[in-house]
Amino acid sequence: MSVRSELLVGAARPPRQPASLSGWLDRQSVFSWLMMAPPLLFLAALVGYPFCYGILLSLQDRPVAHPGTFVGLKNFAANFNDPIFWQVTANTFIYTAAATVLKMVGGLALALAMNQQFPLKNLVRALLLLPFIVPTVLSTVAWMWILDPAFSVLNWFLIAVGVPKPGPSWLGNPVLAMVSIIVINTWRGLPFYGITLLAGLQTVPPELYEAATIDGATGWQRFRFVTLPLLQPIILIVTLFSVIFTFADFQLVYVLTHGGPQNATQLFATYAFDIAMGAGQLGRGAAVALAMFPALVLLIAALTVYLRRG
Amino acid sequence: MVTGHGPVERVVRLWLPVGFFLLVALFPFYWMAVTSLKPNAELYNKNVMPLVLHHPTLKHYIDLLTQTSFLVWTWNTMLVAIVSTAISLVLGVMLAYPLARMRFAGAGLIAMTVAAIYLVPQPLLFIPLADVINRLGLGNTLGAVILTYPTMLVPFCAWLLLGYFKTVPMELEEAARIDGAGRLQTMRRIFLPLCTPGFISAGIFAFTLSQNEFLYALIFLTKSSVRTVPVGVIAELIRGDVFYWGQLMAGALLGSIPVAIIYSFFVEHYVAGLTSGSVKG
Repeated sequence: MSVRSELLVGAARPPRQPASLSGWLDRQSVFSWLMMAPPLLFLAALVGYPFCYGILLSLQDRPVAHPGTFVGLKNFAANFNDPIFWQVTANTFIYTAAATVLKMVGGLALALAMNQQFPLKNLVRALLLLPFIVPTVLSTVAWMWILDPAFSVLNWFLIAVGVPKPGPSWLGNPVLAMVSIIVINTWRGLPFYGITLLAGLQTVPPELYEAATIDGATGWQRFRFVTLPLLQPIILIVTLFSVIFTFADFQLVYVLTHGGPQNATQLFATYAFDIAMGAGQLGRGAAVALAMFPALVLLIAALTVYLRRG
Repeated sequence: MVTGHGPVERVVRLWLPVGFFLLVALFPFYWMAVTSLKPNAELYNKNVMPLVLHHPTLKHYIDLLTQTSFLVWTWNTMLVAIVSTAISLVLGVMLAYPLARMRFAGAGLIAMTVAAIYLVPQPLLFIPLADVINRLGLGNTLGAVILTYPTMLVPFCAWLLLGYFKTVPMELEEAARIDGAGRLQTMRRIFLPLCTPGFISAGIFAFTLSQNEFLYALIFLTKSSVRTVPVGVIAELIRGDVFYWGQLMAGALLGSIPVAIIYSFFVEHYVAGLTSGSVKG
């Protein structure tokens, strides 16, 4: 398509005049680079430069509002010898893995349930996406109240069905606090999985199901050998997306638990924030934030390559 | 696929799961609304059945609007979201158009770089960015977030528009070129007017992302007069250990409404944008 069009355009154009400015500006490469220069410079200044500067900061002892001194890898060594850092690492991986599995399984269930004809389907779909649309901080405040130590509506319900008073301390117990942030992250992210997978399901040609049924496949076999293989690329992309942003999550934990109790829900992003903004140690904070980098590089590279191939 | 069986099977396979997902998805919003309308005496009384309203009152809304800077935060949030969305759409087009239509050395590399930048989460950059913003003298101005939100929105808009642009047929542009139109003219007069649905998708996404942003706003905006809704609600309605739950819920609900309204108008565009990245790949 594009090859043919270039031939056409080329044939219609007079022979190239190297001396003319408008002819030079009309060249695809010149036009493209001139057009892309402003956004690329913007991104270089506010993403590229801060990123490199962050690496430099991580090699400095840099209290806030003071000039930094170069200390080599001391901040990374401090991470290595900091038991909280290792707890944060474990927390982040547990949080990401558990929330991802829940979102994937729940999202698939949601997509399968929604992939049927029923009245008001579009309205239901719009309502189901609400948790994903509403600003995270605001819905997390609602969850904080649902899990409130004294007036939790969840505990009111649990007590009503026979759980002994006063009910679980959702945000005060280290394990339950981790369960809480995982569940709330799932609540927010599941619709994204569900609606995206639903769009994928709708592209599966019905003939495939008919053929499988004629061949005697059961419902489970149709799901396992028709639906799942066809959905696999979408599941992979959605999962990579969601893993990246769950791994680097900040808002939910900052609002709900501030990383507590006793760092039980502290993640890389909230810990880096506490050290850099709370304790004012920018260098050490940058080193904590950069600890996310190896895992993120792998994920981002995988997804970038995958998106490009598709 | 479900083939029309009896009503019992339809309840089990359709209404039970869909009803469950709806209940879980919507309960927190119901709870926000109910809480925000309860008087304090009812809110903090454990002997009252909490799920329904007994004595509805608008007191928390009135307090929120008269005793806090909520309206200022709402204005700030809107202003920031609209300006950074506009900037991001313009810069996004400038990236996406050449990548979608032109052939030049390095196009593949640029496309991959844009995708990779889109995936860089803010927590990786916020510490050095805080220093950059301070050195620019932008601390506690809306300029700080108007400048930094596009760092995540530009790659995002470019990526979404790139996908959309590739679906637009090239014939009209070719005809314009044959008629002697320059490249810029062809893009502005012929191509961009064809892409309105793509702009709506990208614009709504960018707008919701701006409204949702918290980390940069939290760090850069520490004065009440420049705060956005999420930061204002967290920083000023929770004072020490005291939670003003009625006002918090009223603020959370009011803060969610603009996004919800815009989303409800353009839900089809939103879903198209959401799924285009992955489904069309």
